[in-house]
Amino acid sequence: MTCLIMLASGIHFVLLVSRQGKVRLTKWYSPYAQKERSKVIRELSGVILNRGPKLCNFVEWRGYKVVYKRYASLYFCMCIDQEDNELEVLEIIHHYVEILDRYFGSVCELDLIFNFHKAYYILDELLIAGELQESSKKTVARIISAQDQLVEVAKEEASSISNIIAQATK
Amino acid sequence: MNPFSSGTRLSDMIRAIRASKTAAEERAVVRKECAAIRASINENDQDYRHRDLAKLMFIHMLGYPTHFGQMECLKLIASPGFPEKRIGYLGLMLLLDERQEVLMLVTNSLKQDLNHTNQYIVGLALCALGNICSAEMARDLAPEVERLLQFRDPNIRKKAALCAIRIIRKVPDLSENFINPGAALLKEKHHGVLITGVHLCTEICNVSSEALEYFRKKCTEGLVKTLRDIANSPYSPEYDVAGIMDPFLHIRLLRLLRVLGQGDADASDCMNDILAQVASKTESNKNAGNAILYECVQTIMSIEENGGLRVLAINILGKFLSNRDNNIRYVALNMLMRALTVDSQAVQRHRATILECVKDSDASIQKRALELIYLLVNENNVKPLAKELIEYLEVSEQDFKGDLAAKICSIVEKFAPEKIWYIDQMLKVLSEAGTYVKEDVWHALIVVITNAPHLHGYTVRALYRALHTSCEQESLVRVAVWCIGEYADLLVNNSGMLDLEDPITVTESDAVDVIETAIKHHTSDVTTKAMALIALLKISSRFPSCSERVKSIIGQNKGSFVLELQQRSMEFSSVIQKHQNIRSTLLERMPVLDEATFSGRRAGSLPASVSTSGKSPLSIPNGVAKAAAAPLVDLLDLSSDDTPAPTSSGDNFLQDLLGVDITQPSAQPVSGMQPSQAGADILLDLLSIGTPSPVQNGSTNGDLLSMQDNNAPIASMDTISSTSPTAPSSMMDLLDGFGSTPPKNEDKSPAYPSIVAFESSSLKIEFIFTKKPENPQTTDIVGNFTNLSPNVYTDFLFQAAVPKFLQLHLDPASSNSLPANGSIKQTMRVTNSQQGKKPIVMRMRVGYKINGKDVLEEGQINNFPRGL
Repeated sequence: MTCLIMLASGIHFVLLVSRQGKVRLTKWYSPYAQKERSKVIRELSGVILNRGPKLCNFVEWRGYKVVYKRYASLYFCMCIDQEDNELEVLEIIHHYVEILDRYFGSVCELDLIFNFHKAYYILDELLIAGELQESSKKTVARIISAQDQLVEVAKEEASSISNIIAQATK
Repeated sequence: MNPFSSGTRLSDMIRAIRASKTAAEERAVVRKECAAIRASINENDQDYRHRDLAKLMFIHMLGYPTHFGQMECLKLIASPGFPEKRIGYLGLMLLLDERQEVLMLVTNSLKQDLNHTNQYIVGLALCALGNICSAEMARDLAPEVERLLQFRDPNIRKKAALCAIRIIRKVPDLSENFINPGAALLKEKHHGVLITGVHLCTEICNVSSEALEYFRKKCTEGLVKTLRDIANSPYSPEYDVAGIMDPFLHIRLLRLLRVLGQGDADASDCMNDILAQVASKTESNKNAGNAILYECVQTIMSIEENGGLRVLAINILGKFLSNRDNNIRYVALNMLMRALTVDSQAVQRHRATILECVKDSDASIQKRALELIYLLVNENNVKPLAKELIEYLEVSEQDFKGDLAAKICSIVEKFAPEKIWYIDQMLKVLSEAGTYVKEDVWHALIVVITNAPHLHGYTVRALYRALHTSCEQESLVRVAVWCIGEYADLLVNNSGMLDLEDPITVTESDAVDVIETAIKHHTSDVTTKAMALIALLKISSRFPSCSERVKSIIGQNKGSFVLELQQRSMEFSSVIQKHQNIRSTLLERMPVLDEATFSGRRAGSLPASVSTSGKSPLSIPNGVAKAAAAPLVDLLDLSSDDTPAPTSSGDNFLQDLLGVDITQPSAQPVSGMQPSQAGADILLDLLSIGTPSPVQNGSTNGDLLSMQDNNAPIASMDTISSTSPTAPSSMMDLLDGFGSTPPKNEDKSPAYPSIVAFESSSLKIEFIFTKKPENPQTTDIVGNFTNLSPNVYTDFLFQAAVPKFLQLHLDPASSNSLPANGSIKQTMRVTNSQQGKKPIVMRMRVGYKINGKDVLEEGQINNFPRGL
């Protein structure tokens, strides 16, 4: 046998949708034009939000699979290929939620609305090119806080400089 | 002061948007914010740039256009500080994708940042590169990424590894550069690096067989050891998921082992023990454990045969299948599908459970299970399985009926042990879910029915019964209407009674009743009604006593707004009224439809799912040349562009109606055209009325006439019926002429009707065709040029051009001057290499002088008779 196993190309996109169908986060690892994006979101939230609670967490859609899981009022969805391991993606979703939880301290939808950029930063420490990069929650938390620290330092510097300027021009 | 530049904070904007009660209000807020952001961009305001971008990202997420902010991302990325870069890269990844050209501008900044001294900035650049890089960027920046695979900080190495994956996906040729650094990553201890490194190597193996060989030799043992260490390692809180050590790493290792083991016995041998250990020792009460088991089963199924392991794997799937958790059952079905190629016996053992899953309340599971059952059906189990599925069809949800019906039809067609069983099952499906049954499926049913003469009576009676209970199932109605039209006499006489049948009493008027109901039923569409009209016409010939009633029903459609129905109604009425003498021959029963032709036609136009059904045991090739299939497709596919001849539904109809008389013994067999083929033509036409083409409204009487050239039998009739075949005569005339002149054989009638190739106010060109039977590709054409004006044409020159598949030879014209109202002749010869597939088309140009003045006329001739 010379043929190779068709390997999946990772997660195509990540989608966070509220129970009301509001988009809270979207991350596209495969190219989708803007129009397609809104169409995908509309289609999928229609399918997923209407599924009952006891059903399985997988939806087949356009030849792909969407793995979703509901946490409180938010649905976390990830789109993968037919060949991918759905159960593992469920674990990845849970992994992400746990890191968010640790970062925000029992995360709620409002945290993700007002700090949406933070949610993106965390996701970027977890996935690149649609593939998992870190299995340790502690490591992700450490890298994020180190970067937050850098931002804080830069802010303080900026304000102290403006203070100095303000004092000098007084 | 710019009134917009004051700006709001990000959180204020979000609050304002959330406070909007209507979509219009939200749009107003967004519009105002966008205006402010644009103003601020125009002022090149540095202080607010990152706040503006953050706002834009939020607005973007809501689905509003934000392209005007794209350049701001680049400016932020180019600025020196970490906070600006961080938001800039985030914006870049959100607002742009790899297809935008703006992205090329960022390559330089990326390159600088990949070489930055601050490792977090390097990390940002790697992340952006990994998420959105294009093929060009991949080529430009691959050396940087390669270098970063050896960076001192593991967090950069893991990011670089994932970037490398993206690069290889974009440009597979670059994989070579990553083989050695990739292999080095496999020896790492850091889990993040190991996970990404293993993944990188898997990806490389996928694009390069040399790399696969290399990794197989050098790394298999090491990977087996790593997996063993992970599987046996003690509890570690950092990587623990539900009592399992780093399931993500487990899964990635198993996946790489799968690639290495597939097709290589030694490598497979090497990993047997550890796979057995993982398969038997992993806890299966939590999702994480099951994820590992699932991956492990997949690996066992893919690597080289080891009996013991396979049994273990199949047992795991069996356990999965009986799990209460829907997720687990879903993946089990998924996996069993793949296991089918390895060990179908083992999968067959779970058939009953899988069948239960078809009836699950979860649509995802239903779908999976149905696919699987579909693959499990064979000659031995088709009867019980079909029975179960059809029973379930009655109670299944509406959404699922379409899929289910399609699959049932496909399996009964594929594995039917005998025709009567097939017909029975199909009738059940049609009665339950006829609306969901695709056209080609019921067409196939009709073909089978015509091929089973001993079942005609049985079938028509069964359909008659079914029609009473399920009159709203469109496809059932169509099949029933067709069969009643054809076999009405068998319906009424109870002839061909089978032992298992209950006799029913149907009177002649009952038969008309059901057809009338079908015409008048509100769910019936044009196709059904059109078929019903034909059925009525046929009944009128079978039961002359009902003729009057049929006439009045048909007549009711004379005022139909649907052209198709109106036309049929007019024409059929005329047949009943004025042409008693030909009616019975005209409306004879259809000859047997050719199964081989039909299945050939079907295979060409069907999605793979159904055409995979392979050769149907019901199809009996009866030696009709394959070539026959092509013109049929052409004929039926009215929208196809390689049939330039003007067609309309009326065309079809004429062939339907008149072509039937090809079976008439007096009809002259046309040279070069096999009767069986022509027969199949018409028959398929009759079936094809199910696809009413967009009716070309130009189908006036004149059109009708010019269309009759499409069929040879009409051609002979044409010469019989009218003295000047090209004169615009109405359709009614045509029929009248036919009625008044008794059909007789004419020896010298040309096989094809002549056409008016061109006509203007001053010139008319007629073509007359002759063909030698021994050379069917070649047609001799005599062009008749008639001067319609009172002037003399001099220097008359006719030129013609044809497409490549045709060859044209022009003989000199009989004269180069045309007297007033006189005519000249010119012969030409056309050889059609695609004869029977493509009709002849021709472009022509005529030049001549009137009183020394040049006149040029041009045109395209595409009304050549078909089959030339």
